[in-house]
Amino acid sequence: MMGRSRFILSALAFGYAFLYIPLVFVVVYSFNDSRIATIWGGFSTRWYGELLRNDQVLDAAFLSLRIAMTSATAATILGTMAGLALARFGRFRGRTLFSGMISSPMVMPEVITGLSLLLLFVTLQQLTGWPGQRGFTTITIAHTTFSMAYVAVIVQSRLMSMDESLEEAAMDLGGKPLRVVLDITLPLIAPAMIAGWLLSFTLSLDDLVIASFVSGPGSNTLPMYIFSKVKLGVSPDINALATIIIGAITFGVLIAWFAMRRMRT
Amino acid sequence: MAPAQRRGVAGVTLMAGDTAFRTDQLWRRVAVAAPYLWLLVFFLAPFAIILKISLADPIIAQPPFTQTFDAEGDFAGSADNFRFLLTDKLYAVTYLRSVVMAAAATILCLALGFPMAYGIARSDATTRSLLLLLIVLPFWISFLLRVYAWMGLMNNYGVINNLLMWIGIIEQPIQLMYTDFAIFVGLAYSYLPFMILPLYATLERMDLDLIEAAQDLGASRTRAFWDITWPLARPGIIAGCLLVFIPAMGEYVIPYLLGGPEALLIGRVLFDEFFVNRDWPLASAVAIVLLLLLVVPIVLLQRNQAKREEPAT
Repeated sequence: MMGRSRFILSALAFGYAFLYIPLVFVVVYSFNDSRIATIWGGFSTRWYGELLRNDQVLDAAFLSLRIAMTSATAATILGTMAGLALARFGRFRGRTLFSGMISSPMVMPEVITGLSLLLLFVTLQQLTGWPGQRGFTTITIAHTTFSMAYVAVIVQSRLMSMDESLEEAAMDLGGKPLRVVLDITLPLIAPAMIAGWLLSFTLSLDDLVIASFVSGPGSNTLPMYIFSKVKLGVSPDINALATIIIGAITFGVLIAWFAMRRMRT
Repeated sequence: MAPAQRRGVAGVTLMAGDTAFRTDQLWRRVAVAAPYLWLLVFFLAPFAIILKISLADPIIAQPPFTQTFDAEGDFAGSADNFRFLLTDKLYAVTYLRSVVMAAAATILCLALGFPMAYGIARSDATTRSLLLLLIVLPFWISFLLRVYAWMGLMNNYGVINNLLMWIGIIEQPIQLMYTDFAIFVGLAYSYLPFMILPLYATLERMDLDLIEAAQDLGASRTRAFWDITWPLARPGIIAGCLLVFIPAMGEYVIPYLLGGPEALLIGRVLFDEFFVNRDWPLASAVAIVLLLLLVVPIVLLQRNQAKREEPAT
């Protein structure tokens, strides 16, 4: 077995190095004093200071956070309904189309989703006058659409792995279906809903391509701002921004991981 | 659940005054209708609009395309955009390059991801959950920033070149950025977690006794792998490959940031056709053709997922 496991161990080592080394260098170079991002000029935190004084970054970050909160919440509500419908409602009219529409947005290339939504908004505006301006609302709608698919799949798979006996017992004891959903099903799928919300939140914060299509002049999300800067090459303040984002997400994910482990034991 | 469903079918013969029951029926209808309507309007309808605009002609106006149907409601569009796409060599080459790049990245992900997923699935519970966390973590970290990280590594005076020159392997920086190689690495790097997770899911469920039995019966390790592990892992392999291939086909950020200006992949061509040339009808036609290319893999993926969701055998 030795030869085999040595191969697997080296694949694991190489794979994790591949995944993490690029990120480590971004973090290291964010503390680089030199303006030329690839040459080491001593330790400094000056780029963090410049970041905090940059209004464009702060505005973009604030817009992104607002969109992420709103779209994650909407996606969790709609996605949970969809997940419940797929896992518990048996057959209903149009189920095939429904489950197809749930799973497609996740694999659809972003350029197609972005283009199609923009053309929809333009057409709607011609016909009805809404949306008058593209920005917060249109980006939120776009993000809700692809995020709800993820929530639905997470909720659905959680429901499939749970047997229905608890819900059936409650029903047998005279519980009305809606009551049963609120009192039994929802608490059981709460972890899936939280996971779905968090995933939607990060997906929204992360999206560049779809937001570029459906946003209008003057509404730049954080990824759009970052992209406009990194197009020109590596820059030290983006390293600092990346480090903050990587740090915050790693911290959040680790906390969630430990919380889940403690809940299980 | 069954009685409720039966009552639901006979919903018309409701007893009068059974308001609680009526609320429940209403709740069920809302739970299906709300996400259904949302997806019809914001996911399905846009495709009809793309199709309509792909048949129009570009004009300098707001919005920049002609009407597909004239005032009398007669069809006034044409398939010119599609004819152009099919006859212009540039587009055929671009579609082909996208397929090749996405396929190459998929193969690299599989070659690296399979032993990794296998190793994770075979480690003990605590290590396994930590290793899995480390696979998922990059997925949560911004995609854009992870691609950006490679810019710093592959620059002419970036980390890799500096390191190679410091060791003395090369004297002049080698061109890594703005090459097809950079796009290929970027694609594999970004989509590796998508490969590992479904592979892990199938490998973890696999019965190890089968391999042992095969080896006891005299099968070599290689033979046991190809005859047992590989076929049993097939649903995971298919899911992983498609989850890498499909989004990689339409990728925009990676070819833009890591590839050179002539590195044409279809996602980038679509984006530029739309934003730079402002040719909305042609961009729509490019999207339709890309979608047609992806219909087969997407349907395959959905059928594969449906099979995986069936109770484990």
